[in-house]
Amino acid sequence: MKLRNVMVAALVLALAAGPLATAAFAQGGSIFVPLLVYRTGPYAPSGIPIANGFVDYFTLINERDGGINGVKLAWEECETQYDTKQGVECYERLKEKKPVLVNPYSTGITYALIDKAPGDKIVIFSMGYGMSAASDGRWFPYVFSAPTNYWTQASAVVRYIGAQEGGLEKLKGKKIAHIFHNSPYGKEANPTLEELSKKYGFELTQLAVDHPGQEQKSTWLQVRRLNPDWIFMSGWGVMNQVAVKEAAAIGFKMDHFIGNWWSASDADVVAAGDGAKGYKGATFHAPGTNFKVHAEIVKHVYDKNKGAGKKEEMGQPLYNRGIVNAMLAVEAIRTAMTKHGNKVLTGEQVRWGFENLNLSDAALDKLGMKGFTHAVKVTCEDHEGNGPVLIQQWDGKKWNVVSEWVQPMRDVVRPKIEAAAVEEGKKRNYTQRDCSKEK
Amino acid sequence: MIYREAGQFKTTYASDQAIFPIRQDRIIAAAAILAAFVVPTAFANDYWLQAVLIPLLIYALAALGLNLLTGYAGQLSLGTGGFMAVGAYSAFKLSTAFPWLSIVAVFLLSGVMAALVGVVFGIPSLRIKGFYLAVATLAAQFFLIWLFNKVAWFTNYASSGTITAPTREVLGVTVSGPTAAPGTRYVVALAFVALFALIAKNLVRGRVGRSWMAIRDRDIAAEIIGVRPLRTKLLAFAISSFYCGVAGAEFVFLYLGSAETLAFDINLSFLVLFMVIIGGLGSVLGSFLGAAFIVLVPIFLTNMPHAVGLNLPVAIQKQIELMVFGGLIIFFLIVEPHGLARLWQITKEKLRLWPFPH
Repeated sequence: MKLRNVMVAALVLALAAGPLATAAFAQGGSIFVPLLVYRTGPYAPSGIPIANGFVDYFTLINERDGGINGVKLAWEECETQYDTKQGVECYERLKEKKPVLVNPYSTGITYALIDKAPGDKIVIFSMGYGMSAASDGRWFPYVFSAPTNYWTQASAVVRYIGAQEGGLEKLKGKKIAHIFHNSPYGKEANPTLEELSKKYGFELTQLAVDHPGQEQKSTWLQVRRLNPDWIFMSGWGVMNQVAVKEAAAIGFKMDHFIGNWWSASDADVVAAGDGAKGYKGATFHAPGTNFKVHAEIVKHVYDKNKGAGKKEEMGQPLYNRGIVNAMLAVEAIRTAMTKHGNKVLTGEQVRWGFENLNLSDAALDKLGMKGFTHAVKVTCEDHEGNGPVLIQQWDGKKWNVVSEWVQPMRDVVRPKIEAAAVEEGKKRNYTQRDCSKEK
Repeated sequence: MIYREAGQFKTTYASDQAIFPIRQDRIIAAAAILAAFVVPTAFANDYWLQAVLIPLLIYALAALGLNLLTGYAGQLSLGTGGFMAVGAYSAFKLSTAFPWLSIVAVFLLSGVMAALVGVVFGIPSLRIKGFYLAVATLAAQFFLIWLFNKVAWFTNYASSGTITAPTREVLGVTVSGPTAAPGTRYVVALAFVALFALIAKNLVRGRVGRSWMAIRDRDIAAEIIGVRPLRTKLLAFAISSFYCGVAGAEFVFLYLGSAETLAFDINLSFLVLFMVIIGGLGSVLGSFLGAAFIVLVPIFLTNMPHAVGLNLPVAIQKQIELMVFGGLIIFFLIVEPHGLARLWQITKEKLRLWPFPH
């Protein structure tokens, strides 16, 4: 009988107090940025380094510079497990704290939040992921995907493959397989690849891998039967390791296997051991720790024991991506401050900062990121910046950049983005902005 | 003392057969429904409505549907997520193909569509029972999800395979789409779940419900007294899937706004099944209590450390949450195997004796 009383008490407490416990504490005088992370679940191998990189850079800004122009950054992580429902819960909870921008880190969550952004006036910064169509800022004023998006990436990878074959015209008759995570994220590159296959005459095969991707035997059986010349992969989380292992097991030429930028980090290749040697991946920033910004992070963050992860894990591609993401967010806020002053900003003001973000090579040099990532310019029309792509290769111990900056095919991608933006915008009853009137 | 039916005489059959024969129950139920309509719309903020209450109501509707099938008719199903997906994708196709169709009609038609699919996948229940049936419904779950992923027609050839709820109005008020106010969505979800709970309550105490229970308790005996298993079981599948289908449509239109098939994966089926088991098999109230437990307890566990000023790393917090939640489920099932609905029943019995228990 006593147990039952305990139970009733616990139940009443949970039912009544559960959501009440969210009462937001005041964020006096700092700019708040929520972080939707996934440090647990099947996608944790990918989620942890990104979150660490992001947090370390924010810590660096607060520790070294005392914030952005003296305004401190505040952030809070919220665990989503890469699950859209939990992501929405996180967003709604953290919204109370007046964030200026949100990093969903999942294409599914991005889709769910895109519709909420204009009403809440919070910038959705889906760096290199999310809805490619949203890169047209005239239809989606609150969504940014700088420095590039999936369609841009796919076109750059095709250009790279063409270059390896000795010219784009040599692609004719070649077989390229696209292995993708069967989710909005994985499917995102498909339309561009289809169009390019028509344009250049290569034979494209789309192979889906279902969530979470631990089981891929049938996919790789198809690959064996097909015997493609090149494989491009849009994988995520545990799916990547399995795919790399399977490719090694069937003896596929690893240097003809290219992952997109979410499929090429240390966790994806280490499990396959020597078999992963030669595996390539796309990226928009260099791997490794040979940059000034890493030295600064060690000095101001890890040496003060404020690091989010382990010092040895710095420099992984996904860790560096977290840095780039945080840097772009910080620079957008800094840009917004040139107009609105050095104070706590609103989401709307930060949106202006993103639209006027112009990071030159000189600016990158000043940030200690010379050669780390490419210059980027965002405009009202173009929320993506159409950034070039690097190809990196795994040598069994670390990632090395093996290409120059590969230019995307803007002539193919941009019209597609604009057409898709019209379609997606119409679905949502949006109207097109006139960018010439924006200041 | 307060909860006693002494003095309430029933002079007509109608009053004897009422859903709530005791006056106090009627007052409590009426007050609860009124409060559910008024209090949150007046006082709750976006977070409460959008992240807590709306999913709670939608899950309750799905749990109600599964409870009719599993709790009353005794047919174990793991296809709930699949049937909800049928509802969601039908609602999307119907509302985009016929923009003039009222969203209420869209929801109901999606339910009908899910019911048809449910009947098809319910046919094996005539031959197989128990765990074997669960496996057969599991096939429905995987097949349906695969189908929606594979055939681009269901998503109107959206490149990402995502369905997005269009903006739709009821009586001039926007209820779905990005501009719909959370309060409006909440009221719509609540109206649906209240109506369907009433229908369910009436179903289970009438001939249909009794024949379901007869089948559940012993199908051969039921057959001998004249219950036709084919019709009864398929009806259970149809009505249950109807409920799940409406819940699935609401899931996309009122809650998430846009969704991919991943939102309806096997985890959702398990989640709804847990709601039914924890809430109480064969109880309408239990469906609501179970949904409340499964939705609210994890949110409570996530927010608790923050509220008391404990700043744990999110990963540890999540893992603690999962462990405590799992532990709680086991604890509750050991202490009260009949579910939370049974707790309410015990409370009522105690109340009748209060304050003089013997």
